[in-house]
Amino acid sequence: MTTDTATAPRVLPNAFTTGKLPKWMPWPILAVSLAVALGGFGLLAGATGDGFNWIAGIILGVVLFVVANWVIARLVEGARQAADRLITSLVTGAFVLALIPLVWLTITVVANGLPTFLNGTFLNSSMRNVVGEGGGALHAIVGTLIITGFAALISIPVGLMTAIYLVEYGTGRLARGITFFVDVMTGIPSIVAGLATYALFALLFGDGVRMGFAGSVALSILMIPVVVRSSEEILKLVPNELREASYALGVPKWRTILKVVLPTSIAGITTGVMLSISRVIGETAPLLIVAGFTASMNYNPFTERMMSLPVFVYTQYVSPGTDAEFYIQRAWAGALTLILIVALLNAIARLVSHFFSPKLGR
Amino acid sequence: MKITRTGGIAALALVGALALTSCAANETPSGDGSSAPESTLSGTFNGAGASSQGAAQDAWVAAFQTANPKVTINYEQTGSGAGRETFIAGGSDWAGSDSALSDDELAKTFGSCAADSKAIDIPTYISPIAVIFNVEGVKELNLDAATLAKIFKGEITTWNDPAIAALNKGTTFPDTAITAVHRSDDSGTTKNFADYLNQVAPEVWDQKPADAFPYQTGEGAQGTSGVVNAVTNGSGTIGYADASKAGSLGTAKIKVGDEFVAYSPEAAAAVVAESPLVEGRAANDLAFKLDRKTTDPSHYPLVLVSYSIVCTEYADAAKGEFVKAYIGYITSAEGQKVAAESAGAAPLSADLAKKVADAIASIK
Amino acid sequence: MTAVTARITAKKRLGDRLFSGGALAAGALILVVLAGVAIFLVAQSIPAFLIDPSEIKGSPSSFWAYVGPLVFGTIWAAALALLIAVPIALGISLFISHYAPRRLAQGLGYTIDLLAAVPSVVFGLWGAGVLAPSIQPFYAWLVDNLGWFPLFAPPVSGTGRTILTVAIVLAVMILPIITALCREVFLQTPKLHEEAALALGATRWEMIKMAVLPFGRPGIISAVMLGLGRALGETMAVAMVLSPAAVISFVLTGPQNPTTIPANIALNYPEAHGSYVNVLIATGLILFVITFAVNSLARWAVARRKEFSGAN
Repeated sequence: MTTDTATAPRVLPNAFTTGKLPKWMPWPILAVSLAVALGGFGLLAGATGDGFNWIAGIILGVVLFVVANWVIARLVEGARQAADRLITSLVTGAFVLALIPLVWLTITVVANGLPTFLNGTFLNSSMRNVVGEGGGALHAIVGTLIITGFAALISIPVGLMTAIYLVEYGTGRLARGITFFVDVMTGIPSIVAGLATYALFALLFGDGVRMGFAGSVALSILMIPVVVRSSEEILKLVPNELREASYALGVPKWRTILKVVLPTSIAGITTGVMLSISRVIGETAPLLIVAGFTASMNYNPFTERMMSLPVFVYTQYVSPGTDAEFYIQRAWAGALTLILIVALLNAIARLVSHFFSPKLGR
Repeated sequence: MKITRTGGIAALALVGALALTSCAANETPSGDGSSAPESTLSGTFNGAGASSQGAAQDAWVAAFQTANPKVTINYEQTGSGAGRETFIAGGSDWAGSDSALSDDELAKTFGSCAADSKAIDIPTYISPIAVIFNVEGVKELNLDAATLAKIFKGEITTWNDPAIAALNKGTTFPDTAITAVHRSDDSGTTKNFADYLNQVAPEVWDQKPADAFPYQTGEGAQGTSGVVNAVTNGSGTIGYADASKAGSLGTAKIKVGDEFVAYSPEAAAAVVAESPLVEGRAANDLAFKLDRKTTDPSHYPLVLVSYSIVCTEYADAAKGEFVKAYIGYITSAEGQKVAAESAGAAPLSADLAKKVADAIASIK
Repeated sequence: MTAVTARITAKKRLGDRLFSGGALAAGALILVVLAGVAIFLVAQSIPAFLIDPSEIKGSPSSFWAYVGPLVFGTIWAAALALLIAVPIALGISLFISHYAPRRLAQGLGYTIDLLAAVPSVVFGLWGAGVLAPSIQPFYAWLVDNLGWFPLFAPPVSGTGRTILTVAIVLAVMILPIITALCREVFLQTPKLHEEAALALGATRWEMIKMAVLPFGRPGIISAVMLGLGRALGETMAVAMVLSPAAVISFVLTGPQNPTTIPANIALNYPEAHGSYVNVLIATGLILFVITFAVNSLARWAVARRKEFSGAN
């Protein structure tokens, strides 16, 4: 028998890869779309003599890519896969789109703020007796740390306990009421929180009172709802199986909360708490009203005016002297400092939550 | 609870930061008497009010604190209205304000003042208001009050309008729309600007001058910085702002009499010096009723006067002593020079300075 | 779900009583604080409803004629900001939680959290000084070419400080808040649900649609409410960026824009005196009521879908 070369073993189709586009497929599609769009705009620019509109080119290129990717996937892989690819493009696109303003803003702050931030006096001087160049924000940094620190000391325990109450204990009308009113509280405009706090402190200490602690109270009004809302959502997500397993072992409820519920959700709670600090540390309006303005150091939050970084940035911007550039530079450097402080706090909080959270597969 | 440990660590970091930075490098600890001059003033004193004089106050405070190291002065730029309210309520030792006390306010009880004594207005900061513009290809601009009023009222909408061309022979204007930028916040600058237009061109500017911009036209921007920013970044823009903040922008000349006058501190101070005082006030109250209808080309009538409002007699003698020294300093020739350098203010004229000195001498 | 856990507690120990008491006290404290703010607002607002409207800025015919444009502007700006921010925030959260490689995702999440801390003054500086001038030519183009469309009716703003610019700035401000919370919620989706969906042959998107989004729905709504709270209450950034006027107008690119209640308070409070202060605080009370209404609506929406959501 002669072997028939015509009947050589047929290559069996790989059931896992047929009808699928290779993984790298989106990249050439993207490249071609961008090339077509940019080329088109290049030709247009050459034809009309106008400037080359590269922003419009990129936008059109990306739109082309999304459409082409969907069409190709639809033809080769089918409707479900095409929808999946479309969403992947959109999600990634949303991400890139959001990065544009965020990166733009960050670059603006860093580029404008870094030279002054590093000039040597910014971090070890106050603005006392400084006109024009020089001076620093030490008084504002200290003030912000103290005011925000006290605000956190008030808000985190209250907010977290409230969240625990709502998720673990609260039933009925009271819990529903608290949940609802916490939502309402998120809508208190910062300036109203400042005015209300001022009214309270003016009642207690007389008119014209200014103190750092009053600033902390005003910030707490803004901070507590954020802590409650974010912690509540995270605590709700702790699976009931964990709680029930704990109860089944005879562990009291409060220990279950402390040892099971909180550690399980610590990462999310930390995010929420940091978010709340971030939310209030940059508040200007209420601090302007209750904590006041000073150019000098003040370590005591219970007497006299206390500076804070947002107020520092605001006043430097609003009333520059004749050498306006130094004031504007200090304003940017103040903003940069604020972001760095939050970055530092975030880093610490991450470490803590990483250390304490149970090791899961995620 | 883990989160309190987070707080604990944060607090530790905070304490650490405080310990590291025990004191600002530029602040000498009080009590170190080696270089203390003869000044007997000490303590913390607070003023609040107009942001227009904020930059000048910064400079005055710095100079005064250097001469009196045991004194700490805080001037809060809360705005004129809030500054007056705080002062009346007794929350501050003096107020900075772009308008003098109203009769209603004078009828109230002043918290910081001795029983039955009232407060007086002392002019401490005079500044010309510049009309700033940013039009491509236009370096100089002459305007009269009626044209300026029509621009800000929205009746003249393009730069090549015949009314503008008639005032600027030899300049060609582009066919671009005018964007007139006004203050979106209430401010003494707007009130003085509107007062000028209302006095000189009442047939166009028919609204009573107020802190708020009266017409629904043009664009608004917050604060002097905001207006300057908007005019700089826009095209075909025009606005009004404290002259010291005009920077590199073009500034319009205003028609006074038969000539077009550029702003200058001297011309601004001259208007104030020759204006009458508000009638029916206390002996040493120096509230001015500015006469902007002047036709003397050495005057620049678009001017802002900012007052310091102080008690005639303080309930707390130490505060009286401080206010007397401080307001005395800022209205002195030296103090006015500092303000001129750091904030572009117009110094008080010699004649006015004497009246001011008399008024301050009467403070108890 | 809370009702179930409450019934499990059989025996009240001392620790339990202390702990639940403390939790209850914290909750009650919030109500007290809120009541305090509300009492302050109401007490200070009453004169505003009684005064002669001619004392109000711009001499409107009545208090409500003054408030109307402000209420409209507040809701309009916040709605635009949410319209921009929510889809993008959901996209970012999903990208970080389910699309990006894990290492990259952590770094990105961290960076975005930081941006929540940028003070509103800086957003104001950026919006007024950088964004508005850069986007103005685009507005001019829109008005030239799409001027027939009511939202882009001429004239165009010469400086770009319009309500749309404000909405973009607000959207950038609330993005980090919505993203941070949504991301945490998406990450908490039970792995089993996700794997079950994938095992049934679902594509990634179908898995997200079936497992992640329904599970996270209440969390998403909470996050959006937090973002909305900030957008409604934002003061400084709006005051610094917007070119305001007392008008009710849907035009996105014009020079006269409706302003928001908090920005209006910030702009006018420093120079306000007498009963005008009460008027401003009364607008604050109205903002409070708006938030109240919006939250009730959201709660109602969540409650309707409750049976489909939640971990248990």
